[in-house]
Amino acid sequence: MKDGKCTCACNENVSESELFERLDKVLLEYQDKPGGLIPILQYAQAIFGFLPENVLKYVSTKLNKSYSEVAGVVSFYSFFSTHPRGKYLIRVCLGTACYVRGGKEILDAVKKELKIEVGETTPDRLFSLEIGRCFGACGLAPVLLINENVHRRAKPSKIAEILGAYKGGTGDEQ
Amino acid sequence: MAKLTINNMPVEVEEGTTILQAAKKIDINIPTLCYMQNFEPIGACRVCLVEVEGMRDPVASCSTPAAEGMKVHTNSRSARDARKMVVELLLSEHQGDCQLCDRNEDCELQRLARDLGIKLIRYEGEKSRRIVDESTPALVRDSAKCIGCRRCVTACNLVQGIGSLFPQGRGFKTYIGPAFGNPLNSVTCVQCGQCAAICPVGAISEKDQIDDVWRALDDPSKFVIVQTAPAIRAALGECFDYKPGTIVTGKMVTALRKIGFDAVFDTNFTADLTIIEEGTELLSRLKKALVDKDKNVALPMFTSCSPGWINYAEAFFPDILPNISTCKSPQQMFGAVAKTYYAEKIGRKPEDIVVVSVMPCTAKKYEAQRPEMNSSGYQDVDIVLTTRELGRMIRQAGLDFDQLEDGAMDSPLGISSGAADIFGNTGGVMEAALRTVYEIVTGQDFPFPKLHVTPIAGLEGVKEASVKIETTVPEWAFLKGVEVKVAVAHGLSNAKKLIEKIKAGEASYHFIEVMCCPGGCIGGGGQPRQTNDEVRNARISALYREDEGKKLRKSHQNPDIKKLYDEFLKTPLGEKSHQLLHTHYHAKKKV
Repeated sequence: MKDGKCTCACNENVSESELFERLDKVLLEYQDKPGGLIPILQYAQAIFGFLPENVLKYVSTKLNKSYSEVAGVVSFYSFFSTHPRGKYLIRVCLGTACYVRGGKEILDAVKKELKIEVGETTPDRLFSLEIGRCFGACGLAPVLLINENVHRRAKPSKIAEILGAYKGGTGDEQ
Repeated sequence: MAKLTINNMPVEVEEGTTILQAAKKIDINIPTLCYMQNFEPIGACRVCLVEVEGMRDPVASCSTPAAEGMKVHTNSRSARDARKMVVELLLSEHQGDCQLCDRNEDCELQRLARDLGIKLIRYEGEKSRRIVDESTPALVRDSAKCIGCRRCVTACNLVQGIGSLFPQGRGFKTYIGPAFGNPLNSVTCVQCGQCAAICPVGAISEKDQIDDVWRALDDPSKFVIVQTAPAIRAALGECFDYKPGTIVTGKMVTALRKIGFDAVFDTNFTADLTIIEEGTELLSRLKKALVDKDKNVALPMFTSCSPGWINYAEAFFPDILPNISTCKSPQQMFGAVAKTYYAEKIGRKPEDIVVVSVMPCTAKKYEAQRPEMNSSGYQDVDIVLTTRELGRMIRQAGLDFDQLEDGAMDSPLGISSGAADIFGNTGGVMEAALRTVYEIVTGQDFPFPKLHVTPIAGLEGVKEASVKIETTVPEWAFLKGVEVKVAVAHGLSNAKKLIEKIKAGEASYHFIEVMCCPGGCIGGGGQPRQTNDEVRNARISALYREDEGKKLRKSHQNPDIKKLYDEFLKTPLGEKSHQLLHTHYHAKKKV
């Protein structure tokens, strides 16, 4: 964490208790800091891939906050997810610039290609779909983000091709 | 100090005073919704908008500080239009089936719409999503009526320190409730009903059980008796537009009789009984600690009358459960005595007796259905109504409350002392206990003027007092010279502060009274709305007046209590008492 290394567990086989050990380290660093809840939740999501109920209840107990309060913060920010996400998280920007340049059509194309709605994950756990509210790349609109990769000036007709590369394992090279 | 004008009237206020407070100082009323006395304003509802000269937009007067030279207009065209628009927008989301709502004619949103002269809602659109939550025995929540003012969030998180309610989600879809919109029973809720008491609309209410009572009354095979808590008599009048603090004991008794109850009794009777049992329990704990040097005696001892407090302790401080008096609350003692002692007296089987109680409290609905509360083999108390429900029931019965003659409670479970009356306010249980314990131990008259222990009266959150035992009767000689230290807390956040102070070793006491709701039961979650500090004080002084007006003011002098022991219970903390009047607690997981 401090050294900037991602602690995401998606590619490793680790036990739940080990994940909780990692969470404990995060808690140790942040639990006494004012406003510590949000960074703790961010790391927790990185560690577990999403924010399951038992993790949130654990965090709420450790921080001496009610579960409802923690849930209130989690449900306020679209960044947080309480459902397992796919290997690739697609975020289609619907900020103003992307919207006027056809972001909605990009979103529809992704939905059609993957047969999922916003907030859902494909049955093979490969893709999850979310909408974004501006990634600061308005000059490149419309934009979609797949994990950390920015796909600029996207066209609905190219969506199948872009996603196909991820299915084939070469998405990150695009 | 800042000098400003409001509606061209000059006013001078201290720095940091809000426009709303400044206006109040010169008797200018600005409507509010989310604003709550004693708490930082959150400016969520925008109903208190006013015009300030030189500012482009109207400002929320609850959260804007009054500043030097400010010219405020609360009643200009632009201020009125702004407020009107805000309320219209609230109404456009609100699913207002007013005629069917239990807040009909008692709804702050309805009143605002009327006061602002709203004839047309110009905005059409999506309505709030309806989730009706009936998952707890005490409360019903209807999200479609919620206007998102967050008063309940303040009550739950700051007044009580529970946190079962919190805004979930964001924007229009924001839902005020438990985690992720789950039902209330999925999180820790003490069922105190402070959220229901503070809700401006019909979004949170008690679970209405009036029909259950009518059904029992209609059943000829049932003998239906009613008990009323001390705090009801000081507040029921408000349901009929009496001034807060009007005592209506006599009218209440007549109303209950006219509704058709077979006997009208008083929870005050078992409040007196509680004092005997709890006082004896305290003395026996002190004896074990001081004479037998028993290290396992749990002291300080906490009172156990308030079911919201019990629910709180079970979840938040399970380690202090041994310190809580094992006495059932007066409501439950009443049910147990009614279905045994009284049942025998009138030659009825306990299963044929229906005990209805009228309580200022929503948590009492929960308490009544605890599985361990069935000493006669049948549930001690069958149905619990809040003060508000009784008010509605009196209307349903077609009674003109104002015209009712004063009636008197039935015997034997209707005679009570003034000490029982003050069970309804913070500090009252402690004072009642001290009146009795002092006299038992010393054999002398309780030495406080008018019998009031003033340091533990009033609305201060945590209060303390001590009583020095100078002389004793031989039986309690070991207490000679002991300074009995007591503390009182009301509102669970205050209880928490007190407990943490004790745990940190910063204070030590022998006996502690905790009432879950601010002001005690008179400020309970089932009382007429709205309860603020002025209302609390008015109800408290009403109970003190009721107490002072009685000849009988000490629980141990209640002749019917003496008779109950002679004929039935035999001795305090005896076998029968243990079986009927005492209970145990369960640690619960906090969520």
